[in-house]
Amino acid sequence: MTISEMGEIPIEVRDLTLRYGSVTVLQELNFQVRRGEIFVIMGGSGSGKSTLLKHLIGLNVPAEGAILFDGEEIGAADATLRKGILRRIGVLYQNNALWSGLTLAENVALPLEEYTSLSRESIDEVVALKLALVGLRGFGALYPSELSGGMRKRAALARATAIDPEVLFLDEPSAGLDPITASRLDDLVLQLRASFSTTIVVVTHDLDSIFRIADRALFLDITEKTMTALGPPVALRDDPPSEEVRLFLTRNRETGGAPGAVRGDER
Amino acid sequence: MTPEKAGGATNPETTTRTGTEGSATLRRDADALVVELSGDWALEGATPRFARLVVNGADERSPDALDFEATELGAWDSSLLIFLVQARSYCETHDLEFREAGLPGGIGDLLELARAVPGRAIQDPPVAASFLARIGSRGLAAGHAVLDSITFLGEVTGGVARMLRSRCRMRWQSFWVVVQSNSSGALPIVTLIAFLTGMIIAFLGAAVLRRFGAGYFVSYLVGYGMLREMAALMTGIIMAGRTGAAFAAELGSMKISEEIDALRTLGISPIDHLVLPRVLGLLVAMPFLTIYAAFVGILGGMVVAITVLDLGVTQFVNGLLTAVTISDGLLGVFKGTVFGLIIGLVGCMKGLQTGTDASAVGRAATSAVVLGITLIIGANAVIDWLSVLLDL
Repeated sequence: MTISEMGEIPIEVRDLTLRYGSVTVLQELNFQVRRGEIFVIMGGSGSGKSTLLKHLIGLNVPAEGAILFDGEEIGAADATLRKGILRRIGVLYQNNALWSGLTLAENVALPLEEYTSLSRESIDEVVALKLALVGLRGFGALYPSELSGGMRKRAALARATAIDPEVLFLDEPSAGLDPITASRLDDLVLQLRASFSTTIVVVTHDLDSIFRIADRALFLDITEKTMTALGPPVALRDDPPSEEVRLFLTRNRETGGAPGAVRGDER
Repeated sequence: MTPEKAGGATNPETTTRTGTEGSATLRRDADALVVELSGDWALEGATPRFARLVVNGADERSPDALDFEATELGAWDSSLLIFLVQARSYCETHDLEFREAGLPGGIGDLLELARAVPGRAIQDPPVAASFLARIGSRGLAAGHAVLDSITFLGEVTGGVARMLRSRCRMRWQSFWVVVQSNSSGALPIVTLIAFLTGMIIAFLGAAVLRRFGAGYFVSYLVGYGMLREMAALMTGIIMAGRTGAAFAAELGSMKISEEIDALRTLGISPIDHLVLPRVLGLLVAMPFLTIYAAFVGILGGMVVAITVLDLGVTQFVNGLLTAVTISDGLLGVFKGTVFGLIIGLVGCMKGLQTGTDASAVGRAATSAVVLGITLIIGANAVIDWLSVLLDL
């Protein structure tokens, strides 16, 4: 529904290998993110989820292979094209990365000032709307340090969605949030997708969240250093391609509750 | 049914439909106003504003409801939401029923989200304080700052006492790191500044003393000046900028990332663990740096004396040795030690008093340098005054 010149495959990863120095973090990655889907990158701690995300948003350059953003390779893009690509993505960072010297309103306004030619008045309207959408109406004049963790997360989401991105990247959105707040954030993510058809790439190891929001999930195996599963999470759980995937997706069951049991009631 | 163009003459860009541009028109349908939405709504396009629409669409009979038709609506983004939020608040103020049935699916939920009241009361903006109140609060703040400094001094003294009774485990490793980075690590900048300072004193002496035919005494001036005053003062100022700021920034960012809280919960005093090694390390390094700076400064003065005043090396050295006593050197070293103590304490104190955001670290580093240099110069004046009284 949203305005988009994008093709059906906003992100394509081909034969990707990621290294830090001489240490290979991930190798032989091949996958496509489809337009309008919620794509989860999951895996245990240290499996390279966040590293992969850093590459997808162009912060790091891949050692081998290519990441195509709507058919354009980010690594090979010149400054203009790169800026054009960055205009179309929004990122929620793991630690929120709100600029501590700016108020919430200024935080949300900065991407709009940078990427659009909107008037001051229009920017203020958009900022008010974005803050209201995440339940922070009237908090615009506060500084990030004056907020609780959950509020900061929501403010960071408001900033990430400020310019109506076509692809939204969320790095560990539920980290440090209580189950109810995390579940509300999931609601918000689903709502964003339903309304704006935003493509959403989520890095998480939160099982509740995975089963709740993911259309497809990619599993990164820490020992194999590559992806070992890709598909809808329920299908992966019922027919796990490897023991690691089975353990990862059924962990909650063995420790007591079924996946999503805690928050499933709110569905 | 009286169709009204949006914007009318006042706002021509919203009336012209350019095929893709988002637009809204208002018409009357029985008891309801109907907003027809069409085209692609994009933030950066010229999208209609609801206020302009209704000003031109006002009707003599007051309607009961606001309806929407979105059959020709193309793609949309936040701009449509903003328009609808405006429309809904108009409905609330004008007692209209806001019917969202005609809107695209999902948008109603978003509007509901945007409407939700925040869980906590919105803070009132701070009321501007009166002049007297500002003076009072400044005074109170200054009083608190003094109290905090005294508390901090007491804590450090307690830490030193614990250390002397070997009741606390000093981090000798970080002590040596501080000693190293503030001795050999600081040599290049101290060498440069001290050499130039010595040259400046010699130039000063050359200009003044030559008039009285006493150019010979330039070595006295350089030696006396460097040993008693300038070596300690310049080294102190350099170290305040270099090390005091570093201490404040380092401890400040540790405070922000809760590292200091983590120490406290382990029962480790941040004073013992972080402050003592830094303060003592600098305290050990500063006397040596001061002596070094004095020698380099005298060397710089000698270069000027030889090249500008045509003095010989032996002449210069003889003049120096007959005039300058060991107590001049000791006074300088004493000053350097005091300055080192001041820099270390101020830097660590400002670091531990840092607030909670990134800019607070910058403020801590700045005030560590400013306060450090101020206190150094103040201490220098006090020591000079005492030395005159005691005839040192």
